[in-house]
Amino acid sequence: MNIAVCVKQIPDPATPYQLDGENHWVIRPNDQVLDDTDRSGVEIALQLAEATEGTVTLFSMSPSGSLQGIRQALAMGADKAVLIDDETLKGADALTTARVLAAAMTREGFDLVVAGTESTDGYSGVMPQMMSEILDVPCLSFARKVEAGDGSVTIERQTASGYNVVTAPVPALITVTAGIEPRYPTFKGIMQAKSKPVTTFTAADLGVDIESGQTIQSVNPVAARAGGSIVEDDGSAFEAIVELLEQVKVI
Amino acid sequence: MSSGISTWVFAEELEGKPSDGTLELISKARTFGDVSVFYVGAGSDEAWNALGGHGATAVHHLDPGDTLPSGPAAHALAALVTDADVVLFGAGNTDRDVAGRVAAKLGRPVVSNALDVTVDGGIAVHSEILGGTLGITTAITAEKPALVVTRPKAFTAEPTGGSTPPIEVVGLPDAGRANAASVIERHVEASDGPSLEEASVIVSGGRGLGAADKFEMIHELARLLGGAAGSTRAVVDAGWVPYSYQVGQTGKTVKPSVYIACGISGAMQHIVGMKGSATIIAINKDPDAPIFALADLGIVGDVHNVVPQLIEALKARS
Ligand SMILES: Cc1cc2nc3c(=O)[nH]c(=O)nc-3n(C[C@H](O)[C@H](O)[C@H](O)COP(=O)(O)OP(=O)(O)OC[C@H]3O[C@@H](n4cnc5c(N)ncnc54)[C@H](O)[C@@H]3O)c2cc1C
Ligand SMILES: Nc1ncnc2c1ncn2[C@@H]1O[C@H](COP(=O)(O)O)[C@@H](O)[C@H]1O
Repeated sequence: MNIAVCVKQIPDPATPYQLDGENHWVIRPNDQVLDDTDRSGVEIALQLAEATEGTVTLFSMSPSGSLQGIRQALAMGADKAVLIDDETLKGADALTTARVLAAAMTREGFDLVVAGTESTDGYSGVMPQMMSEILDVPCLSFARKVEAGDGSVTIERQTASGYNVVTAPVPALITVTAGIEPRYPTFKGIMQAKSKPVTTFTAADLGVDIESGQTIQSVNPVAARAGGSIVEDDGSAFEAIVELLEQVKVI
Repeated sequence: MSSGISTWVFAEELEGKPSDGTLELISKARTFGDVSVFYVGAGSDEAWNALGGHGATAVHHLDPGDTLPSGPAAHALAALVTDADVVLFGAGNTDRDVAGRVAAKLGRPVVSNALDVTVDGGIAVHSEILGGTLGITTAITAEKPALVVTRPKAFTAEPTGGSTPPIEVVGLPDAGRANAASVIERHVEASDGPSLEEASVIVSGGRGLGAADKFEMIHELARLLGGAAGSTRAVVDAGWVPYSYQVGQTGKTVKPSVYIACGISGAMQHIVGMKGSATIIAINKDPDAPIFALADLGIVGDVHNVVPQLIEALKARS
């Protein structure tokens, strides 16, 4: 099974994000990291490829920069990467991203597409579903467990009250939750990642027109909630909780 | 009331009824004008009454049976909303699937994580980005319909006492390969006590509890306070509790009177789901844990000491 995995490179979440003053877009440094959410997607793809003697191709739209994030995913074991890097895609919305990634996947071919449920920096949570429509495949979303067999894929789909088992023939797209524990890259994996093929396209190469139907009008800091009192526990801090619960009339 | 803005609300049935989220969206939408609801599920008179009773003026009903709803629902909805001004979706999994597919089908953007929508002088969406630290207003400049995915509890459900609206049955459309996924098993993970959305007290546990069996004290404390137990995603991912416990960006949004966070660091994705709580109490052994920045009362201590002591103290009172 040939598996296409969406991986997003994002600014390190441990550092505060900056927005550019004009368009209010997140400023993307040269060194971007692999979005943690996508580690689970890469993991699932590797497991399915191992089980079916398939291949794993990464697809990412972002300024390539130092390729740090992509190399992190290659180091986990993916075979190769396709990157769409294009100055004109700066600030692209989810639909443009979906069009670009879907065009690249169509060009490369796939049996199964794997994506995260939500990116850490953008969290629109709709990009993969848009891709599924453009690619004309079923979208099996919010998978916490995935199995692939004979031309089909079966998942446990998280629901508000539990989970459903959902199945579809391939080609199909799945989105995976973070519940799937990703592997750590091995030293060998890290070394090999340096020489794995990375192909780069522009939007024009893929024949995608860029249009945006939305503009950010204003950005304002949200007032932070004021903290209250801090009590160091000396064995009696529970009494402070009891007191507060009485005060707010919960007990 | 009618400003000539026509709004559609996407609704997926939850446990035989419209969800609270659906009723919240209808209540908001009716302030714009007429509200059509696209309802996915088995449907019932009780459901139609609830929709009408909150202001729905028409209901379109699709029963997908065992077909995974998102493909067919998106195709049917896309054909119905071409003249609509706004289509509102909740934050549920199927909501997002359908919103994404409709957007791609119609070539319209989706604005996600909406906390408010205004329709005067163009459609604009208010949301928060970067973990709720920045509020932004986004103008939708694309042709209608404007597609908006909202955060839970962004709006308040208020009954109007309206009557049952006309119900139009929508047949399963031929959506080609988008229809190819089917649901073969349904599992409900039962929980006791009040639901997270309704509880006035929530006791939540995080990875700081150390082990799955330690979650029992979270349940016990919640029971003693007549509340519900919640959790972070870290412990859901670890398999300690089902996903229905998860509070945060990709879980539930809660606004109880009291929220007690036990062994929770306070990652921004958790905070967006609980920062609306009236009183926040946090117990964490790390004095620098971000959760303390928003706690009304922060206890720097070990959950394995503080929580059992609190439980004993509450038991002694009752
Ligand atoms: C796209 C995306 C969506 C997400 N959605 C959600 C979501 O919906 N909800 C959510 O919760 N998270 C979500 N997360 C994950 C989030 O970023 C955090 O990883 C998660 O909230 C951390 O959970 P935690 O606080 O239980 O664990 P940790 O961050 O590991 O914190 C454990 C805390 O326990 C404390 N501790 C340890 N031992 C003790 C002890 N004995 N006594 C007292 N304190 C102790 C530690 O000091 C620490 O602060 C999301 C992440 C992403 C990227
Ligand atoms: N620029 C991108 N490149 C590759 N994958 C992406 C990109 N943006 C989003 N994705 C994928 O789509 C998922 C949902 O993203 P989002 O819609 O931004 O919340 C992510 O978890 C990724 O798997």
